Amino acid sequence: MKQLVVLSGKGGTGKTTVAAALAHLVSQETSIVLADADVDAANLELVLNPTKLKEQQFMGGKLARIDASLCTACGTCAEVCRFDAVIAGDESYGIDELACEGCASCFYQCPAEAIYMEEQHAGQWYRSKTRYGPLFHAHLFAGQENSGKLVTLVKHQARLLALDADARLLIVDGPPGIGCPVIAACAGADLALLVVEPTISGVHDLKRILGTTEHFAIRSLVLINKADLNARRAQEIESFCASRGTVIVGHVPFDVVVTEAMVYGQAVTAYCDGLVSHALRLAWERIKGRLEE
Amino acid sequence: MILAIASGKGGTGKTTVAANLALAVSSDRATQSGAEVHLLDCDVEEPNAALFLRPAIQQRHGVGVWIPEVDFDKCTYCGRCAEVCQYNAIAVVQRRVLVFPELCHGCGSCTLNCPEDAIREKLRVSGVIERGWAKGPVCFAQGILNVGEAMAVPVIRQLKQWVIPKKTDRVLVILDAPPGTSCPVVESMRGSDMVLMVTEPTPFGLHDLRLAVEVARDELGLPVAVLINRDGVGDEGVDKYCEAEGIPVLMRIPLDRRIAEAYSEGQTMIETLPEYRQRFVKLYQRIMKVAGQ
Repeated sequence: MKQLVVLSGKGGTGKTTVAAALAHLVSQETSIVLADADVDAANLELVLNPTKLKEQQFMGGKLARIDASLCTACGTCAEVCRFDAVIAGDESYGIDELACEGCASCFYQCPAEAIYMEEQHAGQWYRSKTRYGPLFHAHLFAGQENSGKLVTLVKHQARLLALDADARLLIVDGPPGIGCPVIAACAGADLALLVVEPTISGVHDLKRILGTTEHFAIRSLVLINKADLNARRAQEIESFCASRGTVIVGHVPFDVVVTEAMVYGQAVTAYCDGLVSHALRLAWERIKGRLEE
Repeated sequence: MILAIASGKGGTGKTTVAANLALAVSSDRATQSGAEVHLLDCDVEEPNAALFLRPAIQQRHGVGVWIPEVDFDKCTYCGRCAEVCQYNAIAVVQRRVLVFPELCHGCGSCTLNCPEDAIREKLRVSGVIERGWAKGPVCFAQGILNVGEAMAVPVIRQLKQWVIPKKTDRVLVILDAPPGTSCPVVESMRGSDMVLMVTEPTPFGLHDLRLAVEVARDELGLPVAVLINRDGVGDEGVDKYCEAEGIPVLMRIPLDRRIAEAYSEGQTMIETLPEYRQRFVKLYQRIMKVAGQ
């Protein structure tokens, strides 16, 4: 079983569109499992219209709580907290849950033993059925920490099922950025597909996400989306990739059918058989070759 | 006035709006309709605002996390540090103390709890923050997370502490937030007076807008307003949602290939289509009204 992660660095370049199209194309050839590793804003479900089979709670880290009846308002907690998470009061202090990082420094220092640590229900994760194969996805509650931990959990569950069902490919739709959830999404991948757009930001962000996948020794391929938006920037991406020995697997043209397919909840390759779908089919043939290396 | 610009979904135009608003308001600062402008790029994983504002950077310094350093002359290997650490960032194995820097949040709890006073802290640099001036004039600052680093929050926190002026009346501070809804987004929005959500009228845009509103309005209690970018693409969902939730739509930017092409070259809308200068000044007036300032 191979693992392919779709990343981009910059948001909104078309990761989910590409992941959904790959799910459609690959599922016609072989059995796959899907994981949506963008747990902040999971969008793959909007295209795949999954039927939830199993739902479970995700317990995140612990947060500090202050028992007002024991608090003497001495202020020690506020002194030791480095995250600005203690709210001062006249009679008792409180915790700003969104700022608290759960370090328990206040818990250990409180002379009145008024602080306790409480595990947080930070989100939900799901195993679902879709027309292209099983999907593992999650919803991290607003403003929660530990998105990397939830990504790891979702991927782990997807991997277990993929191994169990003898699926040939696990497709992971990654989050934007280069930080904690992206690193979690990358872990264990055989190949990363970087979806990039030919804009000044796209080029800038490609360099950082490619630096990240190289740092973790994951082979990367590049797919240029909206490739005809700016020929000069597309050329710049090509030269950059050539200089790094990174293979470009395709150029997907800018086309409103991509948005239309999204509105109708369809993978673009299933919605319309035009230039976009053609480019994506070609890209998959090339990705397949690389996966088998 | 501290204004955070967020979206949930990536690539909806946060940076475009931040840069254009900064330029329009700062160039009008001598009149009633303008203000002194500070722009902070808080998307430290993929900072792009500098590509459009092209600031001259005058100051920069490394930031990161204060990690423990053990004085082995004093250490008795009692294991108290490992016991209090909530992140498994320090371990005591027989007569060795292992520190895992990338797991450390820099809370200082091990230092405070060490009975032998054997722990000092040293800065582990995980990014840089820098500031300077861009034409407008806009006081510009950004944080850049080093490639391969997981934690964006310390860089964002230190950027905001360094740059945001104490008094912000007659000053507009714009915080260009990262995509998503988890801790880096919360850290960016915290302490602001209002959040402007930049969205696109598509199912992905709407889905992620809802989540971002949950963070800003429901968790942080901040006033929110919406700017619809690429108006005309997609469907009616975002408009219906804003109407039902009573969220004001302050501006609409149509889907216009000229804007997309200018963006791809790092040009602002104001530079390419000067009629937008007045529209962004109006946007600022509407923002002030929503924020009650």
